[in-house]
Amino acid sequence: MSSTLPNPVPAVSPGSEEFWAATAEGKLLLRHCDDCGTPIWYPRPFCPACGSLNTSWFEASGRGTVYTFTVVHRSGVPGYRDALPYVVAYVELAEGPRVMTNIVDCDPDQVTVGMPVRVVFHDTGQGNALYRFQPDPSAGADR
Amino acid sequence: MSIRGKAFIAGIYEHPLREIPDRSNSQIHAEVAAGALADAGLSFSDVDAYFCDGSAGFGPLSNADYMGLRLTHVDSTETGGSSYVVHVGHAAEAIAAGKCQVALVTLAGRPRSAAMGGGRGGFGDPTPDALFEGLWGMSGAVTGYALAATRHMHEFGTTSEQLAEVKVAASLHAQHNPNAFLREVFTVEQVLDSPMICSPLHRDDCCVVTDGGGAVVVVSPEVARDLNRTSAKVLGHGEAIKHAENGRLDLTYTGAVVSGPRAFEEAGVSHADIDYVSIYDSFTITVIETLEDLGFCEKGKGGRFVLDGTLVAPHGRLPFNTDGGGLCNNHPANRGGMTKVIEAVRQLRGEAHPAVQVPNCTVALAHGTGGSIGARMGSSTLIMGTEDA
Ligand SMILES: [Zn+2]
Repeated sequence: MSSTLPNPVPAVSPGSEEFWAATAEGKLLLRHCDDCGTPIWYPRPFCPACGSLNTSWFEASGRGTVYTFTVVHRSGVPGYRDALPYVVAYVELAEGPRVMTNIVDCDPDQVTVGMPVRVVFHDTGQGNALYRFQPDPSAGADR
Repeated sequence: MSIRGKAFIAGIYEHPLREIPDRSNSQIHAEVAAGALADAGLSFSDVDAYFCDGSAGFGPLSNADYMGLRLTHVDSTETGGSSYVVHVGHAAEAIAAGKCQVALVTLAGRPRSAAMGGGRGGFGDPTPDALFEGLWGMSGAVTGYALAATRHMHEFGTTSEQLAEVKVAASLHAQHNPNAFLREVFTVEQVLDSPMICSPLHRDDCCVVTDGGGAVVVVSPEVARDLNRTSAKVLGHGEAIKHAENGRLDLTYTGAVVSGPRAFEEAGVSHADIDYVSIYDSFTITVIETLEDLGFCEKGKGGRFVLDGTLVAPHGRLPFNTDGGGLCNNHPANRGGMTKVIEAVRQLRGEAHPAVQVPNCTVALAHGTGGSIGARMGSSTLIMGTEDA
């Protein structure tokens, strides 16, 4: 389960260095457009909503809900194939974007669409961390 | 048709830098696109066609997603350094044919700063999405289609039994195809009892993995008239790219919502005129979503639509994939679009297997799907008819 998921090191590319550096400090950054204000995902120095090249970072809340998920029972992915079954999901962030990730710290059979989740970071050992999501018990208490 | 005088170059832009170590290929594509559009006095939202070569990533899909382009015409012809000349020509043809109005052509590369090499993404760069989607254990295409299936079930109540009916129908056809990879007739229970791969998709919700290939020849009316062989007439075509919409992706529908209506309009036919359909069937969910998006049933009702033998030839309401489709017959090179066209032509010629030949088949539709459903995908719809259709 989640404790055995591999932590592959992201191949950080130009334009995403700050995003990945922030993960080492437990921060999930989003890009947004300085002209139209739209949050941008995946992060890129370009606004696909209006075509602007003026964009900047801001820190996301790290909270969201499960938009959809799948429990993977067969996998050819190195590392992951030794961690079956595991959950791949899209989480809808409170800021709007739907982000591909894993759901962890939860029995795969207990994951549901709409489940509140919050971000956790798994250290890659290479100066950054993977943003994954776990059930968020505090979300229910808010309501 | 001549393109003479039917298209004009309205904007140009050359990137001012000669060494760019700190930007991705996609960013440079976006910068030159912004420059050329500004030069023309146009914006990204005006663009309906995109032309690129192998520098762009995964064909046109990566940059359409990156730049948020809404596309109904694409061309990623790769002819090395001559590609962009070809693209201008193709763009003019497409504009002359009424396929698009604003065609964007881009090139980017960083041979001074990054190794140019093989790999599918942008001359050495990974595709720009890979950095954020390649970390989570996506195990081939099935994981992405499973994510779509879960959401479709959640929103519309679609069931695994309904998905399985698609496999059953395909298998009823494949039993008559001596070349089919799988010739056994499946039951719903068999599909549900097959191993779960990525929930909710079982092994038997997935297409076969086969080597092979296919080809078609398209000719002019004059050539066609002089041939002894019966031809299928191209009546209409539509294409679109659907992507993640800047993270607001919706996995419950496909680009067929755009390509389908364009094909129907060009062909001048209605759904009631369609005698046979080849529907891309990489997975059972692909068929359900595509049938809805092409308008053969209401959105969300695809699961119910395929019950009661709707798809089963020759007498179902909408016979599909009479060769057994990708689910049972063949999915050469993991790409099923070619065989979709081929079986539709067989039907129009009356040369499908007699057990599955649709009587008086005069209008047929073939639909292709590429990439990952709902998330970053190409959709193309082709409507064909008999020679006198
Ligand atoms: Zn913007």
